[in-house]
Amino acid sequence: MAVPLGFMLAALLAGRAARWLILPAAPAMAGLALWLALVPADAAYLVGHWDLPLGILLRPDGVARLMVAATALVIGAVGLHALADPPEKAGNAAQAETFWPLIYLLWAGANAGFLTTDLFNLYVTLEMVSLAAVALAAMGSLEAALRYFMIALVGSLAYLLGVALLVGRYNTVDVTLLSQVAQPDLATMLALGLMTAGLLIKAALFPMHGWLPPAHAAAPAPASALLSAIAVKLGFVILLRLWFEAFPAVSGQTALHVLGGPGALAVIYGSVQAMRQQRLKALVAYSTVAQVGYLFLAFPLVAGAPDPSGAWAGMMLHAVAHMLAKAAMFLAAGLMLKAAAGDRIGDLGGLAQSMPMTVTAFGLAAVSLMGLPPSGGFTGKFLLLNAAIAQGAFLYAGVMILGGLLAAVYFFRALSACFAAGPAPRAPATLGVRTAAPLVLAGLAIVMGFGGSALHNLSAIAAPWAAPGAAAP
Amino acid sequence: MTGAFDIILCLMILGAAGIALFVRDALAAIAFFIAFGNLLGLAWLGLDAVNVALAEIALGAGVTGVLLILARARLLALGDDATCADTSAWLRAGALAACAGFVLLLAAAVLSIPPESGLDRAVAPLMPGLGIENRVTGVLLAFRAYDTLLESFVLLGALVAVWSLAPAGVWPGRPADLGVADVPMRRVARSFGRFLLPVALVMAAYLVWAGSDVPGGAFQAGTVLAGGLMVSAIGGAIGLPRSDLPGLRVALVLGPLVFLLIGLAGMGFGGFLVYPEGSAKAAILAIEYSLFLSIGATLALLVAGPNVIGWPDPAGGTDRHSDC
Amino acid sequence: MVTGHVYALTGAVLAGLGLFAFITLRHTLRQLLAINVVGAGIFLILGGLGRGADATDPFPQALVITGIVVAVALTAFGAAMIVRLAEARVATKAATRPDGGKPGP
Repeated sequence: MAVPLGFMLAALLAGRAARWLILPAAPAMAGLALWLALVPADAAYLVGHWDLPLGILLRPDGVARLMVAATALVIGAVGLHALADPPEKAGNAAQAETFWPLIYLLWAGANAGFLTTDLFNLYVTLEMVSLAAVALAAMGSLEAALRYFMIALVGSLAYLLGVALLVGRYNTVDVTLLSQVAQPDLATMLALGLMTAGLLIKAALFPMHGWLPPAHAAAPAPASALLSAIAVKLGFVILLRLWFEAFPAVSGQTALHVLGGPGALAVIYGSVQAMRQQRLKALVAYSTVAQVGYLFLAFPLVAGAPDPSGAWAGMMLHAVAHMLAKAAMFLAAGLMLKAAAGDRIGDLGGLAQSMPMTVTAFGLAAVSLMGLPPSGGFTGKFLLLNAAIAQGAFLYAGVMILGGLLAAVYFFRALSACFAAGPAPRAPATLGVRTAAPLVLAGLAIVMGFGGSALHNLSAIAAPWAAPGAAAP
Repeated sequence: MTGAFDIILCLMILGAAGIALFVRDALAAIAFFIAFGNLLGLAWLGLDAVNVALAEIALGAGVTGVLLILARARLLALGDDATCADTSAWLRAGALAACAGFVLLLAAAVLSIPPESGLDRAVAPLMPGLGIENRVTGVLLAFRAYDTLLESFVLLGALVAVWSLAPAGVWPGRPADLGVADVPMRRVARSFGRFLLPVALVMAAYLVWAGSDVPGGAFQAGTVLAGGLMVSAIGGAIGLPRSDLPGLRVALVLGPLVFLLIGLAGMGFGGFLVYPEGSAKAAILAIEYSLFLSIGATLALLVAGPNVIGWPDPAGGTDRHSDC
Repeated sequence: MVTGHVYALTGAVLAGLGLFAFITLRHTLRQLLAINVVGAGIFLILGGLGRGADATDPFPQALVITGIVVAVALTAFGAAMIVRLAEARVATKAATRPDGGKPGP
């Protein structure tokens, strides 16, 4: 995580030339992510060798390994895409220059957040990510970004208040220590409730999703890709740490339906809203609301399973597949909208002929998001569905199937518009990095479907349910 | 245990906060917010937390106050006086009930936790190894140096974020004048600023030095420096720099960069952010001195806001930048 | 009641007051101020609960200093966004008024 920070500084110093720094940064970060995936399973590092409870523990568990790797892929591809296709509004040199330090800030914050087990350290990383995310959203619509900013601030403060109570109660903020000492008393429950509420706002779970569609739909395409793929995932990962690692003894199985229920509603609501959208990017943004729902719907399924490894892997695979596919989809949508006559879905006519590769990328990403085989999205959803049926949670299973059907409806609507006859596109189709980036990301989301068992094993490294004394009943 | 002082102070804090939040006029609200910040500083003194008191008064009351005043002045110039329209009575009643319940719950939770300085016992035996006396500095720059490192990037990132808001066509440019319109005031600030800046620099440097043993430290010192810079800029003693000035970029990046490099150098001694035996104090001081310069510059520019004054051409001779 | 609890309770009330103001105030600048009050309340809870018999725990003190710096950074960004948004709105109004332009959102 030190490396993106270094790149951020270099980007600031380099000024206008900063955009080229992505060329060394992308392979370097991908290499580090690979190294992280291969370190021994029990690797951990106490920063500065200061012991807990004072120090900060960094630990690459399965969740962190998968998320860091996916983040490297997404930001690397988005960065290369943005290099070829400048993200700023035309003529805005300030945005052109600040875009780069901001994505490195996002990168550093996300990686630091995935790796740490310290709840206060997570607060700082959460703010790094929010700050970068709001600034990137502001490049599209200042109004939506300001709304996002205010809501995100309230979320952060709720989280911080929870941390404050835990510091007072237990004199530590480390997840691994908290799991040993946590008691189900008032202060702990209130802290957990506050932190959860704050993080759900940041992760945009229904009904706290209001800020997401306008901000994500208005931002420039590379920024939307990063917001949807990464910014909402950090809240999700912290919630995993809280519910499954720090407080499994405190939070009962029924309490997890507090997350699962809104998750299920989010799947339905997001899908229905996505079907009603007239603008392409708004459709993709509402699909994020639905997809985030699946992540939380998975919480009770993981806790309820006799052998949680399947549901756990399903949840993680779904998260990673969504990161890759959604980033690909926003990039592709950005290119399609630049070529199309307008930003409505009806304006997409003729694009299948003029930019087949980009439409293919959009289609492949849609396949993964719908959960059709073979894709990462399919594997993730299949594992979750399997767990739901095994537990007799037919309501959740039904919602997942319905969500997949609805996704098929709204994505096919967008795709069929591309195949309709239409006026000649404004811009000629160009090949190169800008077309390749979404295609590669979408391709990876599909290929994930074939690497299922390797990823399954990776997700299980140091997973909380594998530890002695874990929650699984 | 509780002195009358504590209780009266807390009531005053609540009163100031209430006025700051609910008074109609925005300027009065901000004035009471600054008073509220200073009272909080006293509260931190009451808790024997001098480091926090300094930070609260300098940053919480000082910098935030100036930020709000400036924002309000700029809004006023646009015809927005930032008074709040009345919201519906139902909303207020609902919010009141919800917030009252929230406070009760929170108060019950707070009372269920006995106050104790539990980690002091863990910190104290480690301090001799660092060679400094101030335990808070020890926590900030050794035990939790990683937090502080990330935090310095948050501050820098906020400046980048503020810069990203510049309207099209004025990059690279300068922030809007901090200047007061009033000519005599400007003259006072100008001569005052000339004299103040060196004093602020010396004072801030002392705060950093002192910070290793008695209360003080890089963040407080950086704020003092930023204050000096702002007063000088208001008076026109120094011009606000254009954002692509290489020297400025170096000044902004210096602190986080030195911090990061020292952290990486630690890998030679066993791991990221490990300080070599015996030279912990030297490392901490090096980090603090570079951090304070960068924090000072960053805070001053954060207050100034995004660029709004364009830079005509590479030649750029027409601007009032001559006296920088 | 011990000193630490007095300050921590004050913090709790501040958090509630700030939250109420955030919900009921309609101007973003005032909301930003309210958020700062909530933050100050949270910091007081941290400090008050770390107040021992003779000293205050340095650990929460350091967390509070970090928190204050983060809060200032975010406030600066928020204030800049509020001002820029107002400027942009005035500019759009000025641009659309003379030619009777299209209705803005």
